[in-house]
Amino acid sequence: MSETIHTEHHDEHAEHDTMTKKRIWNVFFILLGITVVEFIIALWLVPQHHIPVTAANPIYIVLTLFKAFFIVAYFMHLKFERIGLVFAIIVPVLFIIGLILVLTNESHHWIDLRM
Amino acid sequence: MSTTVSQIDEVKTTPWAGGRSPFAVEYGKMMMWFFLLSDAFTFSSLLISYGALRFSSNAWPAPDLVFQSVPGMIEHGAPLVFVGLMTFILIMSSVTMVLAVEAGHRNAKKEVIGWMIGTIIGGLMFLGCQALEWSHLHSEGFWWGAIPNMETLKELFHGAPSTTYAHQFANLFFTITGFHGFHVFSGVVINIIITINVLMGTYEKRGSYLMVEKVGLYWHFVDLVWVFVFTFFYLV
Repeated sequence: MSETIHTEHHDEHAEHDTMTKKRIWNVFFILLGITVVEFIIALWLVPQHHIPVTAANPIYIVLTLFKAFFIVAYFMHLKFERIGLVFAIIVPVLFIIGLILVLTNESHHWIDLRM
Repeated sequence: MSTTVSQIDEVKTTPWAGGRSPFAVEYGKMMMWFFLLSDAFTFSSLLISYGALRFSSNAWPAPDLVFQSVPGMIEHGAPLVFVGLMTFILIMSSVTMVLAVEAGHRNAKKEVIGWMIGTIIGGLMFLGCQALEWSHLHSEGFWWGAIPNMETLKELFHGAPSTTYAHQFANLFFTITGFHGFHVFSGVVINIIITINVLMGTYEKRGSYLMVEKVGLYWHFVDLVWVFVFTFFYLV
């Protein structure tokens, strides 16, 4: 019985492929690249009217979420943790989305009151 | 042996059957995750209230006009350059942190010390940049509950300036970046303590550099929050 647990633990370790130096620098260049893209949009595409501000803002948010994914999954190692821990951390974050939806709706109402 | 194993013994080997952590992480690391989750809620409520106030306003100080100086070098016409530098410093210090964790897995004490010192320097550089940024805005007249005079305000809005929204901007900016900066500061202090422990060989004796991993989680979270602060204060 104890032998079974031992091998199981060993297997866990083998598939537990962790952050290598190469992977760390890959993630760094992805983060840097996304930030550079954000700067190109903010300093060149929007001022030169290649894209409107209303289109730029959703792009910023999507790119930010990409950066957040890479930081949490790789730097914070969450991608390599047990699925139970991943859900324990990710599912409560969904409440934040709820608050965003509620307050976006509410602020639409506020701007009408202020006009 | 396998023929004599009863059903109940087989059930006991599943992760959620008890007797061991279903998450397969050490207690302190799990608690760090849950602390960071609660901290994520705090920062979200701050940033979402900022979003709601800004979304419901009809004028707001324009980021490309408010943040267009590099303190001590360029006074005007360099939007986002300084904050770009700050972002780069913080991402860079996140990389040195994860390299310290990686060295810790190999029990390479000297490498851990080197990368930890790099992380501390990055954190201190970021704090220095933020101090310059704050004093620049303060010299313009912004502070908690204080805004510049009307002439300066006219240069900071694309349309007609609004004193109400300038006030909201000032309060939210100093509260949110201040709360984030306080996290960076405490992160640097914790990093220094951990580095001293590494130097004294505490984790070498313990046989694992798990503490470096835990403080690393905190440090990456600080970087994560900055990614959002950067987007919603400086880009949008």
